[in-house]
Parts: sequence; structure tokens; C-alpha cells
Amino acid sequence: MTDPMADDLDCRDVVEVVTDYLEGGLAPDDRRRFDRHLAACEGCQVYLEQLRTVIRVAGRPAVDAVPPETMAGLLRAFRDWRR
Amino acid sequence: MNMPAAGPASGASVADLELLARLRRGDEAAFAELVRGLYGPMLRLAMVHVGNRAVAEEVVQDAWVGVLRQLDRFEGRSSLRAWALRIVGNRAKTRAVRERRTAPFSSFGGPEEPGGPAVEPERFLAAGERWAGHWASPPRPWDDVPEDRLLSLETRAEVERAVEVLPPAQRAVITLRDVEGMTAAETCQLLGLTEGNQRVLLHRARSKVRRALEEYLDGTGVAG
Repeated sequence: MTDPMADDLDCRDVVEVVTDYLEGGLAPDDRRRFDRHLAACEGCQVYLEQLRTVIRVAGRPAVDAVPPETMAGLLRAFRDWRR
Repeated sequence: MNMPAAGPASGASVADLELLARLRRGDEAAFAELVRGLYGPMLRLAMVHVGNRAVAEEVVQDAWVGVLRQLDRFEGRSSLRAWALRIVGNRAKTRAVRERRTAPFSSFGGPEEPGGPAVEPERFLAAGERWAGHWASPPRPWDDVPEDRLLSLETRAEVERAVEVLPPAQRAVITLRDVEGMTAAETCQLLGLTEGNQRVLLHRARSKVRRALEEYLDGTGVAG
């Protein structure tokens, strides 16, 4: 009886190479092993999806209002620059 | 003479060139628009270097004066945004060295910062068990978390807090990559990192922020 995943990555490996995977930094063989694991492993699919959510939420920082006095000062600098 | 219709993908866009023409005509609304669009990214970039909000604000104001001084020499080889951020980055670096609040940038080597495993080892089956190394306690899908909760100010603040407490180099990389959406190449250039180190830092940073978000989302009892 052979373990169908004996030659494959386990979940503990997946969570350490997942950034290489998302960055396109895995060698073709490793990428195939990663994809094979992912296709069979729900936990790792969820993990990958969670990381994508992290990236998405991080990319939506709270809106940064420019302090009014800063804007006023910069507009003055802009007018001076024009002269 | 045949000129290409648009520059290289990384260069100034048509919108950039239009904005530039308005700025050179002295259009204040155009300048205010530029400031509003870049203030947040500039502040975060300055924070990456100086790590102190008040100092970062000073750096940003000072950088704007530099942007205006150099605007006539802007040649559109990069986007206006990338060019302006480069000015902020340079000034912030100089300021950080002067303040000695953070080490000079060249010491952002990376991997010497604490990393540790991406996921707590006890969440995997131990050696000797049949599925050793596979999930014992797999992550819970977040697809039942409503989109407006995920993108609520509260959740975003939680992620920002998790980013803030990262070691400086990890915080710098995730800020540029995931918050500001810069490419790996731009990030390496700005921080003086090799591609490999940049990726290690990004990996550690994302892993930690995921853990923080998991604790937050799963610890506050969404849908049981």
C-alpha cells in the first residue's frame, strides 16, 4: 500500500512556500507538486484563500484625509512655485 | 518623426501627462487632486523609514517642496506617482539616518529578523501519525464573512495594527507590496533588498497578518 501523497508536499510545507507560489517563484516541478497538493487538500485551499483576503484587505487602507493646514501650506507653496 | 502613442508601461500615463500640463499652467485644483491622491501613500512610505508619524508628516511636507522644485525636470520616464514617491523615499531615508531612530537602510538585510513558522506547529499532525505534516486543525473558510464586514473600517484597522507591530523590514515590505500595491522590483529598489530577501520578508509579514486576522475573525464569533 503506498501513500498517494508520499512524494508530495504536506500542508506544513505548503504554508511555507505559499508566497513563492503566489509570486511565481517556484520551479516548474515544485509548482506542479504544489498544485497537486492543493487540488486534493481543502485546508490548504482555504489557507491560500485566506492569504488572498489578507492581501485584499491590506490593500484598502483607511482613507487618509490631508490635514487642512497641510493642504493650505502646500497650496501656498504651489502658488510661490508658479512665480 | 514617428513617436510611439504611449510610453513604456512603467512610464507616465496619458492622464499623468495631462495632469502635468495642468500643473505647469498653475492649476491649483490639479495640484490639490495630486496631493489628495498621494498623501496617504507618501505618509506610509515615510513611516517605513522613520517609524514616527510626526516626523513622517514633516518629511512629506518637505518632499512636496522638492516635488514642486523638480517638476519642470520631470521627464515622464516613470509614472508621476512613482517619481513623487521616490522623492519622499529619498528624503525619508536621509532623515532616518540623521535622526538615528532606525538603522540605516542598508541594514534591512531581512532574514535576521525573527520569522518562525508561518503557522503554529501544533495545528499540524505530529511526526509518526499517518498524515504527519497535514492539518490537524485546518483554517476555517471566511466565505461566510460578509464582504462589508471584511472591508469594514474595523477589520481594516485590525490589519493595519497587525502590520504596525511587525519588525521594521517586514513592515516595510508588506506596506509597499500589499498596502501600496508596488511590484517586487519596485520594492527591492526602494528598500535596497535582493529579490530573495524581499520575498522572505513578505512571506513572514503576510503569515503573521493572516494569523492576526484569523484570531480577529474567528475569535469574534461570526456565524457561530
